[in-house]
Amino acid sequence: MQRRMALVIVLVAAIAVAGVLPSVAQQPRSGGELVFVVPSNPPSYDAHREETFGVIHPMAPFYSTLLRTDPTDKTGTKVVPDLAESWTISKDARTYTLKLRHGVKFHDGSEFTSKDAKATYDKIIFPPEGVASNRKGEYVDVEAVQAPDPYTVVFRLKHPSGSFLNSLASPWNWIYKADLLAKDMRWYESHIMGTGPFMFVEHVKGSHFVGKKNPNYWDKGKPYLDGFRAIIMTDSAAQVAAIRGERAMIQFRGFSPAERDSLVNALGNKITVQESPWNCVILVAMNHDKKPFDDKRVRKALTLALDRYQGAAALSKIAIVKEVGGVQVPGTPFATPPAELEKLAGYGRDVAKNRAEAKRLLKEAGVPDGFSFTYTNRGVPMPYEPVGVWLIDQWRQIGLNVKQTVTESAKHYAELRGGNFETASDFQCGYTVEPDLDLYKFTSKDRNSANYSRYVDRELDELYEKQGRATNVDERKKFVREFERRLLDDEVHYIYTPQWHRIIPHNSKVHGWTITPSHYLNQQLDTVWLSE
Amino acid sequence: MAVGTPVVTADIPEVAERGRWLRTVVEFCRARPLGAIGAAIVAVNLLVALTAGWIAPYDPLATDYGAMLAAPSASHWLGTDAFGRDVLTRILYGSRTAMLVGFVAALVGATLGAVIGVASAYFGGKTDLAIQRVMDIFLAFPLIILALAVVSILGNGIGNVIVAITIPMIPRAALVTRSSALAIREMPYVDAARASGFRHSRIIMRHMLPNVMASYLIMLTAFLGQAILLEASLSFLGLGVAEPTPAWGLMLRGAAVQFAEAAPWMAIFPGLAISLAVFAFNLFGDSLRDALDPRLRAQ
Amino acid sequence: MARYIVKRLLLMIPTLVGVAVIIFLLMRVVPGDVVELRFAGESSFASKETLDLERKRLGLDKPLFKQFVEWMGGIARLDFGTSMWTGAPITEEIRLRFALSLQLAIMATVIAVLLAIPLGVLAALRQDTWVDYAVRIFSIAGLATPSFWLGIVFILGLLIIFKWLPPMVYTPFWVNPWQNMLQLIWPALAVGYRYSAVATRMTRSAMLEVLREDYIRTARAKGLWQRLILSRHALKNAMLPVLTVVALEFAFLMGGLVVTEQVFNLNGLGNLFVESVAHRDYTLTQALVLLVAFVFIFVNFLVDLAYAWIDPRIRFR
Repeated sequence: MQRRMALVIVLVAAIAVAGVLPSVAQQPRSGGELVFVVPSNPPSYDAHREETFGVIHPMAPFYSTLLRTDPTDKTGTKVVPDLAESWTISKDARTYTLKLRHGVKFHDGSEFTSKDAKATYDKIIFPPEGVASNRKGEYVDVEAVQAPDPYTVVFRLKHPSGSFLNSLASPWNWIYKADLLAKDMRWYESHIMGTGPFMFVEHVKGSHFVGKKNPNYWDKGKPYLDGFRAIIMTDSAAQVAAIRGERAMIQFRGFSPAERDSLVNALGNKITVQESPWNCVILVAMNHDKKPFDDKRVRKALTLALDRYQGAAALSKIAIVKEVGGVQVPGTPFATPPAELEKLAGYGRDVAKNRAEAKRLLKEAGVPDGFSFTYTNRGVPMPYEPVGVWLIDQWRQIGLNVKQTVTESAKHYAELRGGNFETASDFQCGYTVEPDLDLYKFTSKDRNSANYSRYVDRELDELYEKQGRATNVDERKKFVREFERRLLDDEVHYIYTPQWHRIIPHNSKVHGWTITPSHYLNQQLDTVWLSE
Repeated sequence: MAVGTPVVTADIPEVAERGRWLRTVVEFCRARPLGAIGAAIVAVNLLVALTAGWIAPYDPLATDYGAMLAAPSASHWLGTDAFGRDVLTRILYGSRTAMLVGFVAALVGATLGAVIGVASAYFGGKTDLAIQRVMDIFLAFPLIILALAVVSILGNGIGNVIVAITIPMIPRAALVTRSSALAIREMPYVDAARASGFRHSRIIMRHMLPNVMASYLIMLTAFLGQAILLEASLSFLGLGVAEPTPAWGLMLRGAAVQFAEAAPWMAIFPGLAISLAVFAFNLFGDSLRDALDPRLRAQ
Repeated sequence: MARYIVKRLLLMIPTLVGVAVIIFLLMRVVPGDVVELRFAGESSFASKETLDLERKRLGLDKPLFKQFVEWMGGIARLDFGTSMWTGAPITEEIRLRFALSLQLAIMATVIAVLLAIPLGVLAALRQDTWVDYAVRIFSIAGLATPSFWLGIVFILGLLIIFKWLPPMVYTPFWVNPWQNMLQLIWPALAVGYRYSAVATRMTRSAMLEVLREDYIRTARAKGLWQRLILSRHALKNAMLPVLTVVALEFAFLMGGLVVTEQVFNLNGLGNLFVESVAHRDYTLTQALVLLVAFVFIFVNFLVDLAYAWIDPRIRFR
């Protein structure tokens, strides 16, 4: 086993070098069909109302957004133009003015103008009566969207915002055609028609999507591919087999370490591996309405029990998690540096001391030794299962007897929303690393319905607002840091488990695609090309 | 509906033999070596389930992050899993889950089914018709949906898995026993008993039940194997028992598939455990059927 | 015969209605709903008003009885409605998957019957010899091997030994029979093996019974082949229980191959079942359950017709 592991590491390193060099040296080559695997069956076609990457992966290539994140940026935070070629932000950071590209054509041949951009954002932010918009909440600060002329669109905000550009680069906000929306707000749920680099050819339910090159794409010379084929495949073993049997070239969500190793072992340098921290994390929600989890000493004991560093190292071999992190992905601008992170409860290196403290706190709170409670885990194998097994084992070390109930997703969210659990796995996953998006769910329960720990903490709410409106980066960092300390140390409203880790082993023929911390980003495929 | 003239109907045994147990057992072993082997494996399995606490070398929940995915060795005969837990230990403890689910589900399913089937046959007429319609509905209902629904409503756990497995067994058992019982219902002595005014319960207990015993036993052994396999399949799908409870199907899930090449022991041994147990129950059940059904006896 | 057929067809209706009632209620008892799942998923910005709005649109706020009557009314007009999860018409969702499942079930049945009849007959003729034992061990092993396990072994075997993987996308037989077979033959073999185990055992015991018939017993002295030829006439009767088992198993295959479909990446009904329940897609689940129940009942109806055709007494019961 040891030898095999070592071999894998050498191989991965060799391949990483081999894989990066040619893509720098080689000129992109046009032609070919990219075949990729989509590990989820998409619901409707309308990204404005759906929540799953199963919509983004096969259909994002058909659409454009106003702004997008740079397809070559590994951090997935750098905003670049898409349909808007430039932007200006007013001094008070409340007015965002975007200049739109001229001559962009929809796939039906009509021209894209500010009318379409406004209609799209009105649908998302100010939906007409009877139309549900999933992302209204993300844009509560928007006062109005205006289209003063055909190539300008203006967003007016109620408060200054440091992060609004990121929101305009959201991979969910595909630009739709105003006329079609005017006729039928729900048209896009069952039809596809955008301005993106690829044009829709067919979708066979439960099986696959096909797209072909858009010859009139605004970015001349792109896309490189003649087309793509997105094959829906829900079973992860089948996905690995597809890559290994070279029936598909890439799967954009991520594989587990074991799956990566088996692909590298089998295919050698035909496989290129890209890895990145993943802006997703499993949280432990502790129901403040249920005793004894209303007592912060008990909650603190639960976080103190975790040997995070050993756990992260061990789990990284078997699950898609790797680093120990706080409220921001490690290594990103607003993340707390490791040395400082160690000061938070349960993040210290002296595990014996932490656990002694945990036992003391439990005793003080009147929780008897061998106390039994339930951890309700979402029935998704990776990485919920291994993380769940690890948590239960860790809590066993401080004399707690934890039972696991596994609930499938629909029931899980019903239980979380209904407060029908003691402790439960919760989940946070964002399309870009940005405190506004990542911290929203921790605001008080009367302000957001996804606060499953069910607390009201005005101080936390205030810190959230302060960091969002701070326009100075250092000031914002300070508030984010304070927020983190209150959330994870003072009050321990939630527990963070190790940060997810995204691993994409793909066919070495695939070039021009860069991994980012989000599986929602970078899926337009205009820059992707295939070598011979 | 005479539908689904059931799987085992073709073998309605006439009268179950009684007494002289030891001689019967010896004879069975000599005449049906396959059945005897099956019975022996079942017995070993049961013994393991009862004594797992003493014979298992490790604690089934004890993780060892220093020995994750270790290959079979002197300290871990069948290797360790993704958490460094001893595979042998978890297989031994897993037989508890399997036997518990198997026996409870099969006993309850076959017994309830038999009671319904006998009652249906005995009372006949409208009662029979009504019961048959209800059974038809349950027979036609897809098994997987039933299991999904039970687990979604009640959650994971051994008890709920047993419920999910037992429900579909009842109508099948009812069909089989009903047709055996119908044959007996026509016997003159049952008519005589009814005519002389015996209570229904007495007639059913005294005359009908003993006579459907053979088909009941055959069904029971068939169900045992099925229940163990179903439990494993449901656990594999994530609809069975929950971690960290040791269970065979659960051991085959997740990491076992991902490490199928790098650490094949994680998939091979629990798979073998399932197959062996189901194999043994079927082997025994088959021979039991041959032995109990006079029409299948070799001359 | 015609009267018997009509009577049997009419008897299907109460059973189907019963199935409809149960699945309708069951889906509503299962916690969580499609709206919750769609909007409470991976981000956390949806408000309660949004959820209620969506429920209203789907008609989930109406009284249960009304929902049921509307659904039944639709079915009476053969209108199954649209999927709550994808918004597409149910018939469109089901069509292709039904074709795949049907084809796979037929292929598995053919394989199973081709294996089971000769093996079962052979075992019966050689009862309690090593031939019998070998056949029984082979068939019981088929019963005892979890199908998911066998599927994984198949795929890994093909990948490791032949460095080859069956096609991943279903091509209908009439479009390209070769591609179609390349994909479906493997799952058909994996499923057919288990299926043949059930049928082999039934064939064996049915044959044993036939061999006990008096006129065959008297012909015993004439040797094996004569016995076989003689028994051919009786085989028609003996095959009825085998037919029953095959039919039941066939009906099961139409919606029950969840794991096999996953392992071989087949776009069939089994997976659709699991997904539709997971999504709380009431309309789709209900339609699927009715469809599978109908297949089950209809197949059994055909078996009963076969019985009635062979044994006229049944018709008058």
